[in-house]
Amino acid sequence: MSNFFNDNPDLQFHLTHPLMQKIVALRENNFKDKDAYDFSPSDFEDAMDSYTQVLEIVGEISGEIIAPNAESVDHDGPLLENGKVIYAKGTQENLDAIKQAGLMGITLPREFGGMHFPIVPYIMAADIVSRADAGFVNIWGLQDCAETIHEFGSNAQKEKYLSRVSKGDTMAMALTEPDAGSDLQAVMLKAHFDEEKNTWLLNGVKRFITNGDGDISLVLARSEDRTQDGRGLSMFIHDKKNGGVTVRRIENKLGIKGSPTCELVYKDAPVELCGQRKFGLIKYVMSLMNGARLGIVAQSVGISEAAYREALAYAQKRQQFGKPIIKFPAVYEMLAVMKAKLAASRSLLYETARFVDIYKTYSHIANERELTKEEKEDQKKYQKLADAFTPLAKGLTSEFCNEIAYDSLQIHGGSGFMKDYPIERIYRDARITTIYEGTTQLQVVAAIKGVTTGTYLSLIQEYEKTSIKPETESYRSILISMTYEYEEEEARITVHNNIEFTEFHARRLVEMAGNIIMGYLLLNDTQREHSHWKTLEVFLRFARSKNHGNASFLNHSTLNDMGKYKFE
Amino acid sequence: MKEFQIVVLAKQVPDTRNVGKDAMKADGTVNRAVLPAIFNPEDLHALEQALRIKDQFPGSKITLLTMGPPRAVEILREGFYRGADDGILLTDRAFAGSDTLATSYAISCAIRKIKNADIIVCGRQAIDGDTAQVGPQVAEKLGIPQITYAEEIVLLTDDKIQVKRRLERGIEIVECGFPLLITVNNSAPRCRPRNAKRLMKYKHASTVSNRQESNDDYLSSALTKPHLTIKEWSVADIECDREQLGLNGSPTKVKKVDNIVFQSKESRTIEDLDEDIDELMQELISSHIIG
Repeated sequence: MSNFFNDNPDLQFHLTHPLMQKIVALRENNFKDKDAYDFSPSDFEDAMDSYTQVLEIVGEISGEIIAPNAESVDHDGPLLENGKVIYAKGTQENLDAIKQAGLMGITLPREFGGMHFPIVPYIMAADIVSRADAGFVNIWGLQDCAETIHEFGSNAQKEKYLSRVSKGDTMAMALTEPDAGSDLQAVMLKAHFDEEKNTWLLNGVKRFITNGDGDISLVLARSEDRTQDGRGLSMFIHDKKNGGVTVRRIENKLGIKGSPTCELVYKDAPVELCGQRKFGLIKYVMSLMNGARLGIVAQSVGISEAAYREALAYAQKRQQFGKPIIKFPAVYEMLAVMKAKLAASRSLLYETARFVDIYKTYSHIANERELTKEEKEDQKKYQKLADAFTPLAKGLTSEFCNEIAYDSLQIHGGSGFMKDYPIERIYRDARITTIYEGTTQLQVVAAIKGVTTGTYLSLIQEYEKTSIKPETESYRSILISMTYEYEEEEARITVHNNIEFTEFHARRLVEMAGNIIMGYLLLNDTQREHSHWKTLEVFLRFARSKNHGNASFLNHSTLNDMGKYKFE
Repeated sequence: MKEFQIVVLAKQVPDTRNVGKDAMKADGTVNRAVLPAIFNPEDLHALEQALRIKDQFPGSKITLLTMGPPRAVEILREGFYRGADDGILLTDRAFAGSDTLATSYAISCAIRKIKNADIIVCGRQAIDGDTAQVGPQVAEKLGIPQITYAEEIVLLTDDKIQVKRRLERGIEIVECGFPLLITVNNSAPRCRPRNAKRLMKYKHASTVSNRQESNDDYLSSALTKPHLTIKEWSVADIECDREQLGLNGSPTKVKKVDNIVFQSKESRTIEDLDEDIDELMQELISSHIIG
């Protein structure tokens, strides 16, 4: 019996973070639901016990059903029949198990059939499912979109759609078009209000839509005639039952092959407006994307976990020159660094999830009553942290995920290049994480603001002030000297006040900040659980040399540099 | 639409699938202390069949019945998580030491008390004893037909059931009326997962005596939430002849236990001919396995 939650003490470690007290207290609001719903917790311990036991279900389904199906799902993939998607047999089995276990609508309010869990345990479920099958997590994880309806939809829409999601309806978010990828302002799908039919109708094409044939879709479309930019776009809800949309093609992809990526054709497809007109891109997509990005961070961590475990098991088993290859320095060094990157990614994931959890919960409370002054300030603080951390985490963990998958395949040697081992699939699945929901390059564009405004630095200084055990003091000194170096380099670049120059070096600066932040997170983990010191030390050695490398580049860089790189 | 009364028989067993070196005691009995207690795997397959009947006939009621020590309430909770409507723990010191005969007697008395069971489903056998006797004996004691080695319910209507049996050399589809007892093979579909909301609803459910013993904090909430109290029946709750219970009612005596590693060449197929069966009986008697 394999259970992907129980076999991983790191998950239980992050689930029991001290900040969960605050998160649960906010989420459960004095446990007001405890008598209204027979599955509501009555106190903090009860709530935590529920999260743990539900994650055990997720772990069991992942270990017993989803992971064993992953190979056949990758091989079979979905089919296109009469403009509709037919999932691979294994995908359908996974979905059936997920529905029977009631693992949809995890974070939605109880009145709409949800479980009203905080984001942390939900993200942990995504982490677990991703380890089992990174393609399947997309189909399951799109339940996230329901949060946008929850946040911005009308009461009637919440009533109608959220309860369906809780019962197992799948979702999609249809944003990308052939000429609108990273630049969503260019979306052309046309929405017009038909007076006769008294409904909005959509016409046009969407491309690269994950689970595009899902039951309920959020669609970004141009509702304002003769507009060209983001301000002419609105968000709509499409109910598959109402028709009007056909799947023209399912993409043939490098990885996550079980997840159907669709090209959709809208012909007078009836839809409902979600929220206010013209706020589609500027407000709702931003919220949708931040949730989706956190999902990709979880996916990256889950894939990293799978890749690391495959490498470890192979290195222990594979004998060469009369001993297991894990005994060779070249191999164990790689494995230790992989393990450290995995741990750092996971700490960053849950730190971000906690920040998102707190500020999102405040917004939900604000819908019921006015927040006090202190609450508003607290919400602002956590929203700022969440906004700064989300792109940082998406950018860095997805890159680590690819590095870990690359090294894991390398440790497998020739066998890793064959279809005989899961690592070749994991390696292909990892590849998308740095691309979708905003490429690493776009995450850097968002994260550089955290560098130039000093948000990361002030946070690093907060971490620095935390009291720590004396025996871990030497680790903090390393981080403090890394911080000096970062401050110096940041100043060296921004002093020029040249946007292009800052953008040119943005990735190097963001990486430096990220490495310090992850270092502090691992240092904090070591305070709670001393056995983490080894991972912390390995990570600090890696991070310090990486930052030195970046610093060395920056030290020798002048405004003239860009000309040498530019293609005219 | 018919509303079936379904009783699922389940047993809490030591997990003998991953045994370490301390799994057996020196006297040859199972060392229950070191093995985790689990829901007998084939009984979970049986529960799945019951749940499928309920999927098709939603008004049906599934009662999970187990006989065992107080901690066996754990598998009743497990059954609730997966969709059982009711659970009964049959527990009493008087049941201790029961062999399959005494067990099936006690269980049949409990089923009589549940009343009007249309379908009784259980696993083919438990992984601790591997006898595959309790199911068939319960059917005999209740005087109802039995279908053993079931793999799939092929057809279910208001008044009859067709079941596919997985046998050594093929499959057989048989039809039967109600009431009946079905024993389910491990080749049948695995049980559906625990449901998250049901888990949260029933996780504090227990019997009154377990709760008193552990000074459970949830005692007070159990008063206002009846689903948190799991039924517990003792000898006094079922109509039965005490002589047929526990050690008194158990003719099986363990003479000795040997460690045997099975090899495929030792397997023999016995035809269902009188002379073959005679020969087998002679052999079992002469080697003191029987008698």
